Amino acid sequence: MSTPEIRVNDSELVEPVVVHGDRRPSEWVMTLREAWRMGRTKIGVGIFAAIVLIAVVGPWLAPYSPTEFVAPPFTAPEIPKMWLGSDYLGHDVLTRVLYGGRTVILLALAATVIGLALGVTLGLITGYARRWIDESIMRILDVVLAFPQIVLTLLFVSILGPRLWLIVVIVGVSHAPRIARVARAATLEVSQRDFVRAAEAFGIARWKILFNEILPSITSPLLVEFGLRLTYSIGLIAALSFLGFGMQPPAADWGLMINENRIGIIIQPWPVLVPVLLIGILTIGTNLIADGLGRALIGIERDTGVQ
Amino acid sequence: MTQGPTPTREREAVLKVEGLRIVLDPSGVDIDDDVSLEIHRGEVLGLVGESASGKTTVGTSLLDYQRRGAKIAGGHVEIDGKDVLAMDAGALRTIRGGAISYVPQDSSASLNPALRIGTQLMEILEVHGFGSSQADREARLAQMMAEVLLPSDKQFLRRYPHQLSGGQQQRVAIAMAFANRPRVIVLDEPTTALDVTTQAHVLDTVRDLTRSYGVAALYITHDLAVVANLADRIAVMYAGRVVEIGTRDELFDQGHHPYTRKLLASIPDITGERALRGIPGWAPRPGQRPPGCAFTPRCDWRVEKCSEAFPPVEEVSPAHYVRCWRYREVGAQRATTDHQLRDKSLSAPRADEKQVISVREVTAYYQHKETLHDISASLSERRCLSLVGESGSGKTTLARCIAGLHPHKIVGDIEFMGKPLARDARGRPRATRQAIQYIFQSPYSSLNPRKTIAQILSQPLKVFFDLSRSEMEDRMVQALEQVALDSSLLSRYPDQLSGGERQRLAIARSLAAEPTVLICDEVTSWLDVSVQAAIIELLAALQRDMGLSMLFVTHNLALVRSISQEVAVMNDGRIVEYGLVDAVLEDPQADYTKKLLSDTPTV
Repeated sequence: MSTPEIRVNDSELVEPVVVHGDRRPSEWVMTLREAWRMGRTKIGVGIFAAIVLIAVVGPWLAPYSPTEFVAPPFTAPEIPKMWLGSDYLGHDVLTRVLYGGRTVILLALAATVIGLALGVTLGLITGYARRWIDESIMRILDVVLAFPQIVLTLLFVSILGPRLWLIVVIVGVSHAPRIARVARAATLEVSQRDFVRAAEAFGIARWKILFNEILPSITSPLLVEFGLRLTYSIGLIAALSFLGFGMQPPAADWGLMINENRIGIIIQPWPVLVPVLLIGILTIGTNLIADGLGRALIGIERDTGVQ
Repeated sequence: MTQGPTPTREREAVLKVEGLRIVLDPSGVDIDDDVSLEIHRGEVLGLVGESASGKTTVGTSLLDYQRRGAKIAGGHVEIDGKDVLAMDAGALRTIRGGAISYVPQDSSASLNPALRIGTQLMEILEVHGFGSSQADREARLAQMMAEVLLPSDKQFLRRYPHQLSGGQQQRVAIAMAFANRPRVIVLDEPTTALDVTTQAHVLDTVRDLTRSYGVAALYITHDLAVVANLADRIAVMYAGRVVEIGTRDELFDQGHHPYTRKLLASIPDITGERALRGIPGWAPRPGQRPPGCAFTPRCDWRVEKCSEAFPPVEEVSPAHYVRCWRYREVGAQRATTDHQLRDKSLSAPRADEKQVISVREVTAYYQHKETLHDISASLSERRCLSLVGESGSGKTTLARCIAGLHPHKIVGDIEFMGKPLARDARGRPRATRQAIQYIFQSPYSSLNPRKTIAQILSQPLKVFFDLSRSEMEDRMVQALEQVALDSSLLSRYPDQLSGGERQRLAIARSLAAEPTVLICDEVTSWLDVSVQAAIIELLAALQRDMGLSMLFVTHNLALVRSISQEVAVMNDGRIVEYGLVDAVLEDPQADYTKKLLSDTPTV
């Protein structure tokens, strides 16, 4: 039971600690900094920023209104009148592309945040409580995990109807078990340490131990998980829109555009191709960020000798 | 088995180190500088110093190996006249594990967990082409196992490292090091992770093997007591420099460097004749070392000259060298005046004893296994009771049961001031949680690395007292003062402190709760001997001045006299001997206590 008495003797090889005033960045800020040094992260952030920029500023740059008829359906591009031609109802494709990014990005972010909040809470509780609480919650999560995320989401959306908030919540909930597993593993490791025992001996409330003592030590793996789940959220939300469960016509939305215009793909491919490319590039961007963060996480752990 | 200086016929230096300089790689800050040593055939040289003194770095340099971030910047290492540092990779591979071998601190980490020990041992013989046939090597393997007192039957050799105990693993590592009959062997604190009885076995093995094969051995340790009966000569390192080197007897009887003297005074004295004295402060890390003699800030003998220039090597007698400006005066002072006598009046029995904590017929389980059997003991007001035992003896379990931190089944009565205690700390009233404070073994684990020292100290204050902001601040400063830490540390983080300072901080956190009972669980086992002594001094003073009752858990019997009045010796979940410290240590009754006493290294 007692820990072997191995003394830490590596201090001689550690460069002296540099004290930057009193405040020090938290662990996740350090991970971010480490990640930023990598080329892949910079490319990822560049891509993500560019696409978010298109989605945010796009509506002001759009030459037409997204519901305005500018030409017969499936007209080929005519520069400079219609850079990307018209869609199945004769709307300007460029305008709809510029309008249609906001929803995907916003909904995906919201879903990821919900998934993270729920998953972290469950992970902290199960990792710290152990025994039957851990067992029962994790088994329930295993059941959720057994369904592919898209099937689970479709199931609820088809029962409860296509509502935006519902999609966000369901996608978030379907992320929770995976995030919970990561949070639980990290919590298990941290809650072995004696500072948690010390807080227990003082009689500090359990929830305070979870959020004040343990959570600050597990932020880095959660950051990586956030990046990863964001990628999945984008894919899922776009897929649901494509299937007609997201934004409803005549709203402009990338997922929806792919569906609406696929019948004309041979004569006018742009209204399908451009949203597909944008969604694809966006997920590559978020994935590169997640990858950079993951590598930074391992790097940081290696440097401090924590396994 | 004590031997004097090495006889002259063996005075051929097998290993010669000259002017070795090792620096941190990008910055060029020196870890070690101007290290010169010689080790002769069949001789053990003890290399002694605190953490961060650069002793491990010297040890691995003898094999021309440097960990990431360090490099050798100068000097020579010669084995039988051949310069190791000038060798190419192929030649190095041949001598590592051949002519020179290394025993690491933690053998559980150095043995390959996926290979059977027989395979691993055979591998080292094969790699170096030992003998001429497989039969030769198998015979050697059996002999090796016999040398380290391990069985060499097929079944044992088929075991994996995790199937061996810590002591057995360390002996396998030693067998490996001696496998190819090396000329030089480097042992890097190979017993730190072991219990005293196991340590005694390992030390015997090392001594016998070096003598009988005429190997030159370098034994690295922070604990002078460990090498007291093993080393022929001792080199004392401080801040990357050898400050004194000489025969064991000369250094122990008439050390000429103030640091040597102080290290000796910090060794716990099992006879109880002298009080323990720590060295204030800590050994500076590379890059933070003061100019001149780096020991100056901690030295009682310092004069102006000391911080101006590093003293030259002075010869005290043949083969006894020292680097101190005032070595003559230091050497002239009799060693015994360094020793303060221990205050024995405290350890006399008292009549008016009031029991603070009493444990009656307690049996405790770990999951479903019974780990404590029918324990009865009591702690009296203003007294200190030591719980002594090896790992697995149940001493920590008992301490945790009392603290309410044992999350498994406990049967029996544990009382505090005559009232039964709830099993779980959370189930206890606030006043009880406040009164009983627990200090953990490792200050590296017990302090949240993400919190500032102010946040750490505010924890008990917030839980137990209703204080305003300024009152809180005052209490925190007061708590730090009690443990001799500076209040400017409040905004720092634990990893900016040394190990000793961290443990002081942990003590301060417990004191901030204003307890009446302090439970100290192996609080010095992660610390250097010099720092351990300072922590023990502090705890003893606090206990005396604040009238605390203290439960002191330790594996080191030698410490017991310096801190406690009563002692309970534990083995296998039972108390085998219980009584006043002087009585138990002077006239032990239980065989186990006798064995523990004889295995404890002393000076």
